[in-house]
Amino acid sequence: MKPAHFEYLKPITPDELYNQLSFYGEDAKIMAGGQSLVPIMNMRLSTPKYIIDINHIEDFSYIKLDGDHIAIGALTRQTEVENSSIVEKYCPLLQEAIRYVGHAQIRNMGTIGGTIAHADPSAEVPCVLSTLRGEIVVANVEEERVVSPEEFFLTYMLSSLEPTEVIKEIRIPILSKDSGYAFEEIARRDGDFAILEAIAVIDLNENGQVAAAKIGVGGAGPTPEILEDVEDFVVGKELTDNVLDDACEQIKDILEPDSDLHGSAEYRKDLASVLVKRALETALTRAKEGA
Amino acid sequence: MTETISVLVNGKKITSEVEPRLLLSDYLREKLDLTGTHLGCEHGVCGACTILVNGRTVRSCLMLAVQVDGCEVDTVESLTEGDGMLSPLQQAFADNHALQCGFCTPGFLMTITGFLENNPDPNDEEIKQAISGNLCRCTGYTNILKAVKQVSKSRKLKEVVKE
Repeated sequence: MKPAHFEYLKPITPDELYNQLSFYGEDAKIMAGGQSLVPIMNMRLSTPKYIIDINHIEDFSYIKLDGDHIAIGALTRQTEVENSSIVEKYCPLLQEAIRYVGHAQIRNMGTIGGTIAHADPSAEVPCVLSTLRGEIVVANVEEERVVSPEEFFLTYMLSSLEPTEVIKEIRIPILSKDSGYAFEEIARRDGDFAILEAIAVIDLNENGQVAAAKIGVGGAGPTPEILEDVEDFVVGKELTDNVLDDACEQIKDILEPDSDLHGSAEYRKDLASVLVKRALETALTRAKEGA
Repeated sequence: MTETISVLVNGKKITSEVEPRLLLSDYLREKLDLTGTHLGCEHGVCGACTILVNGRTVRSCLMLAVQVDGCEVDTVESLTEGDGMLSPLQQAFADNHALQCGFCTPGFLMTITGFLENNPDPNDEEIKQAISGNLCRCTGYTNILKAVKQVSKSRKLKEVVKE
């Protein structure tokens, strides 16, 4: 038995959960897929007094189309997102990205809400959510609130989620059929945490110039980073080799990554520039095919 | 405080009293004496403890025993028939020298069992992707790849014969 002793709570309905959270708050930890929580508990880095296992709350597991976004219940397994025909059709970018989350064994248990709550800046789903300007629905015993990724992700492994709150739903904006998109990632080994990842989504106008662009990177700072300056730079331009080079060169001046044992700050800047370029090139090809 | 759980383990219904902090891997090995499930890293990296829960591959060191209440659990022991004969996958591992020390083998066998259920005729890339969550320090993986291909080929052959 590796985890320290805890009391085990198993709410069946959302209301039961909200009440338990408001009562135990600080002392409790929510357990969804457990793929980050259990290792942390196994290593005794976390010793919560109460574990609230939300795996039996059926209301938290769904994938549905809702206006301009896909609404995904927080308890939905990553495997289900990977295999969802709705995700494949309306946000293939998310499907492409989620395949990089751990390994199949991890995705079979790991949940979409869990990877958001964990707030690892190099995780794939937070980067998709930020870059696409999605939303996070959090709830407590009194109310629900809709939070932007910018408000949610504060720094490394820290979010603005209150101890009495739970993530209920993730809203991923749908991509237009004509959008070109791409997800690029470099990790030491297949399935490892990303050293860096980049996302590009572009729409072209009838002249082949960029009409709209969404560009983001993960792993280059304490939270997923939207590269607004680069987005603004490419809009209205044709993505020639020169434009791509100029766009990606400026990334090195924008980002301020930390060095760690997986890569120096210089390496990460360089990688960001290279991966954004690759993502833009693939997105461009796909946008041309789609048009 | 203990919890009562009722689990279908390798086709047999078992009811147990467990402490909530008991890991599923420890439950299988220590309470049920199913020591085929091996523990390598115990934090979700090596894949040695891979089993099937409701037909899906999971790492048993990253689950609590209380979480499988009402679930079907299959461990490596489920692969052999009652007479102790090796399953086709296990035989393929033996034929292709897909194991040396054998420590990681139960995890590989269960990972591949779950994988072939969903993808009976995989290509090399798909097999590599599927086993990427399991570490082996002896074989260099090439022979494991051969074993998987032998199984999927012989299954295909059987289907052709049936038709």
